[in-house]
Amino acid sequence: MSNPLLQVNDLVKHYPVGRTLSGRPKSVVHAVDGLSFHVDRGETLSLVGESGCGKSTVGRAILRLVDITMGQIVLDGRRIDDISQASLHPVRRRIQVVFQDPFSSLNPRMRVRDILAEPIRNFRLATGQDLERRLGELMDMVQLPRDSLGRLPHEFSGGQRQRIGIARALAAKPDLIICDEAVSALDVSVKAQVVNLLQDLQRDLGLALLFISHDLAIVEHMTQRIAVMYLGKIVEIGERRQIFGDPRHPYTVALMSALPTPDPETRRRRVTLVGDVPSPIDPPPGCRFHGRCPLAGETCRRIEPDLRQIAPGHWAACHLDDISAMTRDATV
Amino acid sequence: MALLEVENLQTHFRTPEGVNRAVEGVSFHVEEGETLAIVGESGCGKSVTSMSLMRLIPPSAGRIAGSIRFDGRDLLGLPEREMRSIRGNDISMIFQEPLTSLNPVLTIGYQIGETLRLHQGLSAAEARAKAIEMLTLVGISEPARRIACYPHELSGGMRQRVMIAIALACNPRLLIADEPTTALDVTIQAQILDLMRDLKQRVGAAIVLITHDLGVVAEMAERVMVMYAGRKVEEAPVAQLFKTPRHPYTRGLLGAIPRLGSSLTGRQERLAEIPGQVPSLKNRITGCVFAGRCSQADEICRTIAPGLETKAPGHFAACHQALREEAPS
Repeated sequence: MSNPLLQVNDLVKHYPVGRTLSGRPKSVVHAVDGLSFHVDRGETLSLVGESGCGKSTVGRAILRLVDITMGQIVLDGRRIDDISQASLHPVRRRIQVVFQDPFSSLNPRMRVRDILAEPIRNFRLATGQDLERRLGELMDMVQLPRDSLGRLPHEFSGGQRQRIGIARALAAKPDLIICDEAVSALDVSVKAQVVNLLQDLQRDLGLALLFISHDLAIVEHMTQRIAVMYLGKIVEIGERRQIFGDPRHPYTVALMSALPTPDPETRRRRVTLVGDVPSPIDPPPGCRFHGRCPLAGETCRRIEPDLRQIAPGHWAACHLDDISAMTRDATV
Repeated sequence: MALLEVENLQTHFRTPEGVNRAVEGVSFHVEEGETLAIVGESGCGKSVTSMSLMRLIPPSAGRIAGSIRFDGRDLLGLPEREMRSIRGNDISMIFQEPLTSLNPVLTIGYQIGETLRLHQGLSAAEARAKAIEMLTLVGISEPARRIACYPHELSGGMRQRVMIAIALACNPRLLIADEPTTALDVTIQAQILDLMRDLKQRVGAAIVLITHDLGVVAEMAERVMVMYAGRKVEEAPVAQLFKTPRHPYTRGLLGAIPRLGSSLTGRQERLAEIPGQVPSLKNRITGCVFAGRCSQADEICRTIAPGLETKAPGHFAACHQALREEAPS
């Protein structure tokens, strides 16, 4: 098994905006602009970044919910970005998704039983007695009472609905689950329950997770590897210890230091970034982060940095070898 | 005398399924220039408390009882006309979602100026000049050009800056900030929190900060009040609350959040869970509201509702099990 489970190569997704009279798009949103990473079997990779960095688009592209502009998505050594809808069907079973909002991602008119049975029937995984047994199993896995299979989504709390969403993803027996901000909408105490549940399921079932989130603390808690995104690009990727112990991109440092720490005794000086994220319609030349980077120099304004290897498995897209001027102010 | 004194606040809503006791007997005070954080999860009554302070709950929907004394005046007894002269003037408010709290068809200059014309009787030209001054204060570049912008032309962070400019235009003595940074990205949240801290120093307004984020609490507040199921369950100075939380719910909340840097210490602990969920506020609850989810609950907890007790100087908790601070020997 030398292939990774999922390999994404130079993924590009542009969205056209508006139309001129001749039908050409007026401008283009560079949602994802040349992104490569892989996910191994049974591994958790996080995509982390702020709104508009393209992290959700990556998830949607892998699920083929959007067509990609360029690049390749390879599952188990086979390209899935250019195959027909018919041959996509078995691939869909292997990649499932849990969405952010447990209120809008469940059909309010379907009973839990039907929500969970739909993928099982669709992929012909079980019928009759077997189906019934499987439904019970799924409810046990997500720690919901079996006798609530006949209920409708509105009878459940937010956390319970998210468990139903997870059970639906598990129903297809996938290899990879994409969690798109799957715990972001939940309250603190319920979030901890769902995070623990996801971790247990991942370990017990050997699932791979692509965990898309803006919350660095949850990401650190959940995952083995982390990719930090900014304006459609990966700016840094590495093992958890590398990213949190030795961040090499100024944006990674800024993100960590921006997070309020639940400890009033370590109110620290933080690196506050000036300005907003630039528009992905017209990304800045050179390094995309240069306008907000306190360390940016002349090179950064002109030349776009490529990802450079810093240590085995740790890559950062920054011209600077030494960003300790930032970390001095913002120790985690 | 404190700037704001709230006693036994009860806000109940009539619903088809019965009375929803969103806030049930909450008392607290805010000193001049102080930041008090009210923290809790969805449905704990923190936002309803803030709306009640401003009397923003229409009588047709709900009933506010108890007493709210601002600078010695009882707000609940004031005629609506006098209440209007307080809102936006002495007490102002920032909401979570700046896009829905700004009027989309008016320029931001007009919206900042509106409060000033209304409360301070400024002329259009004076209000415009003050609006530019306020935009500069909240760190918006090119303010003279920006006052002609409409809300949709600004980013989320800038809109929240505009909201703060409106709220502070009349030099209020109390600012109620209801989840002011929840809708923002972390780097923008950091900017807005810095701005609020800086402005507080300069303007000297007291702040009631309503949030679910314990990180924000730790960075901003001087005193914290924890709410659960419409009740105040704990109150303490911020350092004390984080160091020695007395109420099992507060301890549960603090255990449930992952800490940044946890992977480096090599002690990746499982997050503490608070089992179960918040009880429905439509039924009368006997005993402690948290008893159903509390690992320490016993017979007393299930039958008698605990009152707030002083557990240490300035530190109150409503729990039968929480120990008092041991007297220094």
